[in-house]
Amino acid sequence: MANNPDLGTAFGRDEPAFVPYLAAGDPDYEASIGYVEALARGGADVIELGLPFSEPIAEGKTIQDAIVRALDAGMTPDRYFEFVEDVDVDVPLVCMTYYNLIYQYGDEDGPRSFVEKAADVGLTGFVVPDLPAEEADPLRTACDEFGLDLVFIVAPTTRGERLDEMREQVSGYVYVQARLGTTGARDDVSDQTDESLARIDDWKVPKAVGFGIKKGDHAARIVRAGADGVIVGSALVDIVAEGTESDEPVSAVADRLETRARELKQGALRGARERAKAGGD
Amino acid sequence: MSETGKFGEYGGQYVPEALMPAIEELTDAYERYVLNNEDGFMNEFRERLRDFGGRPTPLQYADQLSGAYDAEVYLKREDLLHGGAHKLNNALGQVLLAKYMGKDRIIAETGAGQHGTATAMAAAHLDMPCEIYMGRTDINRQRPNVFRMRLNGAEVNPVTVGRGTLKEAISETMRDWATTVETTHYVIGSIVGPDPFPRMVRDFHSVISEEMREQSRERLGRLPDSVVACAGGGSNTMGAFAEFAEDDEVELIAVEAGGSSLAVDEEEGVAPNSATLSTGDEGVLHGARTKLLQDSDGQIMESHSVSAGLDYAGVGPELAHLVDTGRVRPVNVDDDAALEGFHRLSQEEGIIPALETAHAFGYLHENPDAVGDVTVINVSGRGDKDLQTVIEETEQRDLDVDVDMSVFDTAGGAM
Repeated sequence: MANNPDLGTAFGRDEPAFVPYLAAGDPDYEASIGYVEALARGGADVIELGLPFSEPIAEGKTIQDAIVRALDAGMTPDRYFEFVEDVDVDVPLVCMTYYNLIYQYGDEDGPRSFVEKAADVGLTGFVVPDLPAEEADPLRTACDEFGLDLVFIVAPTTRGERLDEMREQVSGYVYVQARLGTTGARDDVSDQTDESLARIDDWKVPKAVGFGIKKGDHAARIVRAGADGVIVGSALVDIVAEGTESDEPVSAVADRLETRARELKQGALRGARERAKAGGD
Repeated sequence: MSETGKFGEYGGQYVPEALMPAIEELTDAYERYVLNNEDGFMNEFRERLRDFGGRPTPLQYADQLSGAYDAEVYLKREDLLHGGAHKLNNALGQVLLAKYMGKDRIIAETGAGQHGTATAMAAAHLDMPCEIYMGRTDINRQRPNVFRMRLNGAEVNPVTVGRGTLKEAISETMRDWATTVETTHYVIGSIVGPDPFPRMVRDFHSVISEEMREQSRERLGRLPDSVVACAGGGSNTMGAFAEFAEDDEVELIAVEAGGSSLAVDEEEGVAPNSATLSTGDEGVLHGARTKLLQDSDGQIMESHSVSAGLDYAGVGPELAHLVDTGRVRPVNVDDDAALEGFHRLSQEEGIIPALETAHAFGYLHENPDAVGDVTVINVSGRGDKDLQTVIEETEQRDLDVDVDMSVFDTAGGAM
């Protein structure tokens, strides 16, 4: 891939963005390429592509298992960069991973080598769940040098000065964590979402909400609440897991991913229409 | 963050955003109650350590070892602390702090089960509900401690991912905390994790070296030439070293688990040892920048040690820093030497040590000339929990020190 639109363009259209997540290399390299491309066909506007780390402390069981499958199948940072070059999609790809992999890459200590390589293969930005704003200066500096975005996660517990600090460092979009806890599909949408969105109402970056979103109705609800985008991970990884367990053909799993992606994108669009009708912005 | 949370390049706060407010709240509570003794917190802590814990623990002259190694060998008997290990110092401090902070639930991870046991005891003592995360491998090799935790009323949650040891248990406890952070305090079991944990856990354990120092002055009229302690995550190590940090004449020796080999299998992601200080590289794990056992990509290795309590791929950031500055000397001995140390202390001194502790005695045996004329060895815990492992592991090896269990065959199992 190359010359994909940036995050500003992806979020700049007059409709809510759908941002799916998959772990690269789950359950193997070839199948995973097909799955990521299926998400793009299903209407993804941005894709968060996970680079598996052995100690994913922010992930629930679904994504932990995906990471184990991908690592067992041989995924490494270098394979990941090849993956990004091989996958044929025309939406921005954001690298979601943990700081140690970014820190260790290349010969020099610190994040610069990783960010340089990421820019080289066409990645657009980063989400790093174990890197709070306090420790982010070196990565922010490297991102600025190579023109990449650094997305921060706003949690339901984030308030006051911490919000200000993040607001200064964030670019691309802000990841609004819909509920406390780890990643994982749920059957409802948390009220914490509305409160979190209200706290950052005046931020200029687009606001994408994730954690626990599973269905089109959830996506609609989130967009009605004011989100500019909807992030969905575990509900999609569940499809990969089921397909892998039951030895389903890769094409069949890809079709199901595409269908679910479409449902989620449609849900987001429906939410936007309902919001407009209700006289919102 | 204030620079006090860093030890040179090490330390910091690499945790999910959801936990950061709790870390800030904890930092505030640590500074107020622990550092400034607000509401008499430290007085209550010390009082409870005395009455419930049995402090101070003795500094004992080891007659046989001293004779054998031609040095004055003293033992700091943390194995005599309530629960049978140094772990209570920290567990009691943190559970009490959680109470002062108004939290109403305690969670903790455990490897060997010593920290889980100490936390369960402290939680029962202070009437707090408590849940312990423990890897499935460790649950099976440390059964007595699982019984003890359950008897004290704690829930024990098995962690089945990965190899099912301490590393996975810490990750899983952090996930629980990220969900329940508003009501729950995470009693981390070593000098690891995000700031302020490494400082705070060190402070709760530094009573060990404080007593060592006083007892040495009183008994010997001088400080020892060296202090020797085993090191996994490093809590007993820093506890034994902290108050000697400025005493340059006292050498501080951290004995790590050399496991079966110091070589690393990159292909399998396995380091058959836990010698992080001796062989690890700088990286970020479980909230802190520190020395780690990792592959060239930065994936964390599966560590190994015959002792569950040392079986961890990371180490406290302060200890990593003290090794870099040359203040602490990292050494290691392998599984065989630890097992021999275990048997030797049991037979020569009548003290059955924890397998973790046994590493320190393995080192003393191999390097009697490296500890000076007067040494203090921290007996971090007792070995009741390890009996099953030791008997099995001993049978599989050809050790210099051994023990014959054929009495069971002679008795024929008839009741």
